[in-house]
Amino acid sequence: MAYNNPDGVMIGLEIHVQLNRLKTKMFCGCSTQYHNSQPNTHVCPVCMGLPGALPVINEGAVEASMKVGLALNCEVTDRTQFHRKNYYYPDLPKGYQVSQYDYPIVSNGKVVIEGEDGELVVRIRRAHMEEDPGKMVHMGTIDKSRGTLIDYNRSGMALLEIVTEPDLRSPKEARRFLDKLRNILEYLDVFDSNLEGSMRVDANISIGGGSRTEVKNISSHKGAERALIYEIMRQKNLLRRGGVVTMETRHFDEARGVTTSMRTKEEEHDYRYFPEPDLVPLKVKDRTSRLLDTLPELPDARRDRFVSQYGVPEMHAKALTSDIKVADFYEMVAEKVDPKVAATWVADVLKGELNYRDLTVKSFNVEDMVKIIQMVIDDRITDRSGVEVIRTMLDSGGIPMDIVQQKGLMKAEDSVVSSAVDEAIKENAAAVEDYMQGKEQSMNFLVGQVMKKTRGRADPQTVREMIISRIK
Amino acid sequence: MITEEEVEHVGWLARIEIDRSKSKEYAEQLNSVLDYFKQLDEVDTEGVEPTYHVEDLVNVLRPDTVTESLTQEEALQNTEHKKDGYFRAPGIM
Repeated sequence: MAYNNPDGVMIGLEIHVQLNRLKTKMFCGCSTQYHNSQPNTHVCPVCMGLPGALPVINEGAVEASMKVGLALNCEVTDRTQFHRKNYYYPDLPKGYQVSQYDYPIVSNGKVVIEGEDGELVVRIRRAHMEEDPGKMVHMGTIDKSRGTLIDYNRSGMALLEIVTEPDLRSPKEARRFLDKLRNILEYLDVFDSNLEGSMRVDANISIGGGSRTEVKNISSHKGAERALIYEIMRQKNLLRRGGVVTMETRHFDEARGVTTSMRTKEEEHDYRYFPEPDLVPLKVKDRTSRLLDTLPELPDARRDRFVSQYGVPEMHAKALTSDIKVADFYEMVAEKVDPKVAATWVADVLKGELNYRDLTVKSFNVEDMVKIIQMVIDDRITDRSGVEVIRTMLDSGGIPMDIVQQKGLMKAEDSVVSSAVDEAIKENAAAVEDYMQGKEQSMNFLVGQVMKKTRGRADPQTVREMIISRIK
Repeated sequence: MITEEEVEHVGWLARIEIDRSKSKEYAEQLNSVLDYFKQLDEVDTEGVEPTYHVEDLVNVLRPDTVTESLTQEEALQNTEHKKDGYFRAPGIM
């Protein structure tokens, strides 16, 4: 079914990705491991902008940026260079941000996502390297700020700003794009999404061909979806009342879920970009083929491989590969037990239970998963008991065998079940009669009686089949 | 031509207070500098590769290896405006 985009929504995203898997910052050797550190302890004359300090480009940052570009099907620019973007703000110690302007390192790429009506190609306009500013902490409430405290530990962290064309047509598509991008970045091992401030998003939105607004300060994928839903609604209401959407920058207030106008006096040309004289140009296009060879298997390719290698359904393959840690976990489980059964347990059960508890797959280990699946395959516990073991382990720990024993989950012996079925039929003649007369609920009652006699250790579906075959 | 308003705007961007009575004088001076540089426009540069950098160098890179950072005391030693290990700036809204 084609999606006809009733409001003519056009969304383009600018995503700032911190290349936080590097060991050092963009232009100096300060460590990137500043999280949970005291303020201003991962700084040097370069990233604090002290007079006379000279930046030198981190080769790892250049190659990581190229890898991202190649994974997003971009072209590498033949000669690329840095510019100074000039503006004053306390988090920017030099009074300018070193960024790229007319020669970004990569451009003209594309990413395929699952759109509202099937595959959607999202074009990537460009991606450029730049440095992160420091971090500000406001003293007192935001209205009665008594001063701003600044920590330059983040200053100079390598950022890659990825800019899409306005090809996204709904907040949901924007979120899916961000999910896919994060996934690709984690496969490339250039990015850890768990660190604070690792991905920041600005969104450009227009409806029905009108002026666009830019929403800044979006710090999560969920936030992006909410900010876009709000902004589209705001623009629609404005138009309905006969107003006009003006081109402006708006700020997303995460707590209140609204966007508010940011009156800025600075325009694009006020940044007075000029070539950074402290850095010489880069000519790195000749590294492309070597870097292409080092690219790992990316999510789409891995999904296709899961389907062909393990014979799992497309839906499971997608769910398993949409997070590299889950995909790795699955492959380790699939080495030990039937891959199709493993896919169901990891994609449907484990992922669901983890999401429900806001946990990652790190909370579970491969050997335990293998043991649980093996017990189900061997018919020693029911599917339902398998789920219960997983839940118990996530909630209160323990090992699978102990939980099975403590909770008495081991399936009853066939002979025990068989005699329980006979007893239940004999003791409940009226219910049997009702069932024969077509009363379906009576069967549930009979199955319940057997479950009671076996203390829940029988498989309800098998019990049901046994009862039917014996009363007919 | 640079106008007085542009002088004031550029002054604001640079966070330099420009005395209103001087902006006319500054505009004239800046225009004369720009006119002087305009002579360069007369040179025929057809087919000449732009100079991207005065040094004829490319790819000056460093390996991704950690070097020692300053201590917090060293980082803050040039300022009086500090609190709890942070630099302190006026309230920003």
